[in-house]
Amino acid sequence: MENLITVVDWSRWQFAMTAIFHWLFVPLTLGLSVIVAIMESIYLRTRSDKWLAATKFWMTLLAINFAIGVATGIILEFEFGTNWSNYSWFVGDIFGAPLAIEGILAFFLEATFGAVMFFGWGKVSPRFHLLSTWLTAIGASISALWILVANAWMQYPVGMEFDPAQMRNVMVDFGAFFSPVALNKFFHAVLSGWALSGVFVIGVSCFFLWRRSNRDFALRSIKVGGWFGLAGLLLCMWTGDGSAVEVTRTQPMKLAAMEGLYRGQCGQSLSVIGIVNPEKRFFNDEPPYLFDISLPKGLSILARHDMDAFVPGINDIIDGIDIVDGDTVRTVSYVERIRRGKMAQNALREYSVAMEVGDSAAMQKAAERLKVDFPYFGYGYFKNPSEAVPPVALTFYAFRIMVGLGSYFLLFYAVALLLAYRWPDTLCRRRWLQLIAMISVPLMWICSEAGWVVAEVGRQPWTVQDLLPTCAAISNIPASSVIVTFWMFAVIFTILLAAEVSIMVNWINKSTRKDLNK
Amino acid sequence: MTLEFLQNYWWIILSVLAGILVFLLFVQGAQTLLLSAPDPQWSQLIVSAVGRKWELTFTTLVTFGGAAFASFPLFYSTSFGGAYWLWILILLSFVLQAVSYEYRSRPGNLLGRRTYDLFLFINGTVGCVLLGVAVAMFFFGGEFSIDRVNILKGASPVISRWDNPSHGFEAIFNWRNLILGFAVLFLARILGILYVKNAVETTRAFTDWLQRRLIASTILFLLFFLAFVAILFTTEGYTVLTASPLGTSVVATPYKYWHNLISMPAALVVMAVGVAGVLTGIIATIMRPDHDKGIWAAGAGTFLTVMALIWLAGFNDTPFFPSLSSPESSLSIRNASSSEFTLKCMAYVSILVPFVLAYIWYVWRMIDRRKISESEAQASH
Repeated sequence: MENLITVVDWSRWQFAMTAIFHWLFVPLTLGLSVIVAIMESIYLRTRSDKWLAATKFWMTLLAINFAIGVATGIILEFEFGTNWSNYSWFVGDIFGAPLAIEGILAFFLEATFGAVMFFGWGKVSPRFHLLSTWLTAIGASISALWILVANAWMQYPVGMEFDPAQMRNVMVDFGAFFSPVALNKFFHAVLSGWALSGVFVIGVSCFFLWRRSNRDFALRSIKVGGWFGLAGLLLCMWTGDGSAVEVTRTQPMKLAAMEGLYRGQCGQSLSVIGIVNPEKRFFNDEPPYLFDISLPKGLSILARHDMDAFVPGINDIIDGIDIVDGDTVRTVSYVERIRRGKMAQNALREYSVAMEVGDSAAMQKAAERLKVDFPYFGYGYFKNPSEAVPPVALTFYAFRIMVGLGSYFLLFYAVALLLAYRWPDTLCRRRWLQLIAMISVPLMWICSEAGWVVAEVGRQPWTVQDLLPTCAAISNIPASSVIVTFWMFAVIFTILLAAEVSIMVNWINKSTRKDLNK
Repeated sequence: MTLEFLQNYWWIILSVLAGILVFLLFVQGAQTLLLSAPDPQWSQLIVSAVGRKWELTFTTLVTFGGAAFASFPLFYSTSFGGAYWLWILILLSFVLQAVSYEYRSRPGNLLGRRTYDLFLFINGTVGCVLLGVAVAMFFFGGEFSIDRVNILKGASPVISRWDNPSHGFEAIFNWRNLILGFAVLFLARILGILYVKNAVETTRAFTDWLQRRLIASTILFLLFFLAFVAILFTTEGYTVLTASPLGTSVVATPYKYWHNLISMPAALVVMAVGVAGVLTGIIATIMRPDHDKGIWAAGAGTFLTVMALIWLAGFNDTPFFPSLSSPESSLSIRNASSSEFTLKCMAYVSILVPFVLAYIWYVWRMIDRRKISESEAQASH
């Protein structure tokens, strides 16, 4: 049992670490590939060498980033098998499909046309090259689509039913992959990549201005990156609003953790900033915050688009008060869910015994009982409700970092575009403005990663919502093996990240000594 | 489309992906040449040639993994979650490869060009041998047991258990597996040499150097491949008697894979044509040093041979992943597959595969239309 807990924890750490590394590179690929395609399109339209130079400069940064994104991505796909083998069987009938489709539809598109984009200058016609650049960008987004619908399915499992004979879930509706939860997640994640890439382009361009180099190139890039990133950020905020509504509907516990809310009410306020009380648990009477500033009725508006609506807190959900089809109702408490989860597991056990002896009547009876309690199957692995509560403080702070920085970047884009169009001389002269832009680049990554922390930590302890907790999803491997591979990948990815940043800085530095304006 | 048809169909799709993957290992094979190239220009030419193709190999490996997951999830969970170290080391070698082409020549790469070339060498050698080991396990099996009821045991809920505490190292150091691993390594090296000859402008000295390595690699490949074939066709395998959720029963069958070969004429013909293709490509190039089309015959031959081997592993009531410690846990295409609905959905998606192959081929021709010259190789880095 002790080994089991250690394996679960280290497997979670390993997956989290590889996902965090992967997400450092993916959003930049998603956005920068489109920016490069836009610049190349302008070049083809104007036939101006200055746009060709800009395209090639940003494309080089894209290539450097693309390689390490690919390197970290392969680990993630195979970790479902290496570290989460039970998961791979329990829902592999459903989850494997999007991964295979991602490979067939997206990876080959990226790999094939990426080669043309990076190495095809002068070998293919300019039009075909441009087509390849767009297809590479589209391939990256198609790849994101499939992995994100797969991720969304884990958080909102629909379109499947449980097969007790095989003890696994099987797909019954392929279209269910494209649930509102999935579509929201896809657009939110991809558009956040656009927003990130816009900040990256503006920050790097400001480094050129800092060096008093390639003023026209820098301003041109700021305009393209600024509009692109602003559009991405605004749409990201819109889809973020949709995500909040979907999370309230499908994962109310995650929303409660995001807010550090234990007892909800009608017209629930939103904690704008605050410090979570580390002693607070759902079973004690400690205050939830040590300090907070709240926006009255804010959470009701955010979560349900109704300033007087009820939003349940952690205790409410554990007690069984929830929102169903927009109405606040008493549903099944967590104590009851645990009981029914165990009943479902018992029914499955009985089904298995009946199947072995060929008792069809007993099989049917057990299957019927299983069907009734199956929605709570995963709760059967818990001893008490506290095991089903996600880490509150981390989710709470990550949510505020994401929203806070996201709001800052709205201002950032507005100011950057205003300066680039109306007061370019000020932008080129005022070094503190350039410095702010450069410092904002790592902040954007923190914002982006914080978003993933909210999504993934907030859904704990589930690998598949309500059906399979992490403790039942793992592989039968020694903890020592996972500890070794955790550190192995941590060291390798850190070295490769350092190499990537160093190469990028070197390339940008070198380019400031070139003329990119003609 | 019945479930049985779909299971067969997906095993064929996997065999096609495996065939393409082993053909594309010419990238890894070429990487094994880098450290020993006496002239840096030659290294640069090799990198320029395969640096435009590495992503295809990488993508095919990832797609193979995805397709295996989607079509035979019990294999995916058992093999990856059991032979942990085998798969982790394969992945690690591909992680090192993915950054190396882009970073090796870039200023500020922290580790220096030689280190990235070493990464490519590691991927070329270790990656090929271990992939060969993984494929060999389709025939020679692994030590695992499966009990679905485990999922109801809260203290230890894992369905697939690896019965050897080495978790994959024992497979890596199994001599039968290693024989196929080394056969794959030297085949990849042959294909790499043939591809380099096809893609770059070679000087007389470079051609001679490649020719010597081609001959040496061919001798070693033939030794290991013939040894593998001899072991394969004389080894005892399992025949599946029944495979259902109630359980699988198998019976030990002497010369199982030889029986498979002679009872599946399609596999016999495909394998014969494949082996002939590999030999034709190699012999034609050895006989005529200026011959640069050997990659096509050898590549097509590799594709066909691997495809036929995968058929031998999975068809004719053969468990494609035999369990040495618990024979009734052996995985066959009947007991390890996804549901009929999922396989059908995926079958519709697979209709796009010829389209994907067509655009890959089109782009390949466009990019490789002209051979890479030394000046072009220098300019690209």
